Amino acid sequence: MNFYAVMAIYKFEMARMWRTLFQSIASPIISTSLYFVVFGTAIGSRIGDIGGVTYGAFIVPGLVMLTLMSESISNASYGIYMPRFAGTIYELLSAPVSSMEAILGYVGAAASKSVILGALILVTARVFVPYNIQHPLWMVGFLMLTAVTFSMFGFIIGIWADGFEKLQVVPLMIVTPLTFLGGSFYSIHMLPPFWQKVTLFNPVVYLISGFRWSFYGVSDVDVRISLGMTLVFLTVCIVLVWWIFRTGHKIKN
Amino acid sequence: MDAIISVKNLSKTYASGQHALKNVSLDIRRGEIFALLGPNGAGKTTLISIICGIVNPGSGIVLADGHDIITEYRKTRSIIGLVPQELTTDVFESVGATMSFSRGLFGKPPDDAYIEKVLRDLSLWDRKDTKIITLSGGMKRRVLIAKALAHEPRILFLDEPTAGVDVELRRDMWNMVRGLRESGVTIILTTHYIEEAEQIADRIGIINHGEIILVEDKHTLKRKLGRRQLKLTLRNPISRIPEGFSEFKLELTPDGMTLVFDFDANAGETGIAGLLKRLDERGVDFSDVNSSESSLEEIFVNLVRNGN
Repeated sequence: MNFYAVMAIYKFEMARMWRTLFQSIASPIISTSLYFVVFGTAIGSRIGDIGGVTYGAFIVPGLVMLTLMSESISNASYGIYMPRFAGTIYELLSAPVSSMEAILGYVGAAASKSVILGALILVTARVFVPYNIQHPLWMVGFLMLTAVTFSMFGFIIGIWADGFEKLQVVPLMIVTPLTFLGGSFYSIHMLPPFWQKVTLFNPVVYLISGFRWSFYGVSDVDVRISLGMTLVFLTVCIVLVWWIFRTGHKIKN
Repeated sequence: MDAIISVKNLSKTYASGQHALKNVSLDIRRGEIFALLGPNGAGKTTLISIICGIVNPGSGIVLADGHDIITEYRKTRSIIGLVPQELTTDVFESVGATMSFSRGLFGKPPDDAYIEKVLRDLSLWDRKDTKIITLSGGMKRRVLIAKALAHEPRILFLDEPTAGVDVELRRDMWNMVRGLRESGVTIILTTHYIEEAEQIADRIGIINHGEIILVEDKHTLKRKLGRRQLKLTLRNPISRIPEGFSEFKLELTPDGMTLVFDFDANAGETGIAGLLKRLDERGVDFSDVNSSESSLEEIFVNLVRNGN
C-alpha cells in the first residue's frame, strides 16, 4: 500500500477546496439556505405537516442530500478531469500508485469535502428550521455512504467526460431532476398511485427516504431497502472504476 | 553489459491505427547518458511513455532494473523519473507544494532537506512559495525537473527538456544532468538540439518510423558514419579537376578555388600524402589546407533521409 501517495492525493485535493473556499463551501451553503428560507419558512408555513413532521423540517434531509449528491459529483469529477485536461495526469500514471490508492485519494477527498459541507448545511438549517435527529449514527452512516457513492460516480464522470460540457451534463440533466423528483420536497405517498410506482425506479428516492428516516423515523421506503439500494449503487460504481483503471479506458492510450 | 532498461520486441499501435513502434529492442546501460534522436512522430515519446507507464504497450517486454514494468510496476516506477515534453503543471500550486506532492505520489516520506537541496540546485529555492502560474516558461521547466527528481529516481527521462529554454538555463540544465550522472543516475533524453546530444551523451539511438535505426557509442558513430574531408584552397582557380587524379575522391567547388577530398580516417592509408605529392607533381599550387569531420547532425540527417 502506497500510503504516502494516498495522502499526497488527498492533501492536494483538500488544498484545492481551501483555495476555492467561496465556490466549494460558501456558495452551496448560501443557495441551500435560500431553499430553507423560501420553501421552509415562507411557503412551508402554509403547508401542513407530512407524516407528523412540519414541512420546513421535512425538507431538511432532502436538501442536504441534494447538495451532498451534486457536490460529491462535482468535486470528484473535477478532481480527476482537471489533471486529464491539463495533462498533469502523466504524473499519476507514471507513479507507483494502484487504482485502489488513486480512488482512495481522489474519492476520499471528494467525499470528505461533501461530508464537511453536509454538516455545515445541517448546522445552517438549524438557524431557519427546528428539526431533530432520531438516529444520529444512521444519519452519519447515510451521509457518508451517499458522499462516497456519488463521489465515486463523479469520478467516473470525470474520466468519461472529454469536455467541460459533458462534466455538467450528468449532474444537471440527470442527477438534479432525479433528486427533485426523488422526494426532496414531498413524500412519494402524495403522488397518484401510478407515479408512486414509477418513482420507485428513481434510485435517489431510496437515498432520501433512508436519510429522512434517520431524522424522523418516517420513510417512503423501508430503510433496509434504502440501505441495500445505496450499497448496490456503490458496488456498481466500484466495479466501473476498477474496470476503468484496469483497462486504462480514457486514461491511457 | 549491465542494462538498467531492457526493451525487447516492443510494438505499439494506437486505436487510430498509427503504428507508433515496430518491434523495438533496446538496452540502456546503467549510469550512461543516452540520447534518443528522431524526427517528429518517430516514436520517441511513445517509447518513453510506455517505459514510464503512461501508455499501454502493445506487445513486447520492458524491464527496468530487471523488473517487468507491468507486473512489477511499483518497483519500476519508483526508480524512474520523467520530465515531460509539455509544460504540464498544477499552475495554482506553489513550487514547494507541488514538489512535496510528487515525492508523496512516488511513495517517499517527506524530506524537507532533500527538497531544499533540489530546489537550490535548480535555483528555485527562493520561489518555493510562489504559485507556478506566475513563473516564466523556463522556470516552469525547472519545476518539472524538480518534480521528476522529487523521489530520488535512479533513471531519469528527459523528453525534450530544453525546448523553448534560453541558452543560460540550457547550460545549467546540462550541468545538472552531468551532475546527476556523476551521482549514478542513468539519463535518457530526447532532444531536437543534436549538438547537445553530441556534447552530453555517451551513446546515441536513432529512431524513425517507429524503428530503431541504430544504437551506437557517440564516438564510434561519428567514426563509422561520419565523413572526414580535406579542403585545399588553390592559389589560382581551375575549371575542372586535372587529369591524373582519378584514384582520389575529389570534388571541385563551383568557384574553382577549393578541392575537397573525402577520406577514411580509420584506414591505414588515408591517401592524403599521395594526393599532396600528386598535386605537387602536377603543379597545382594551394595556399591553405584544413580538415573537418561531419557533425552528429549531418550523420542524423543522412540516416533519417536514407530511411525515408
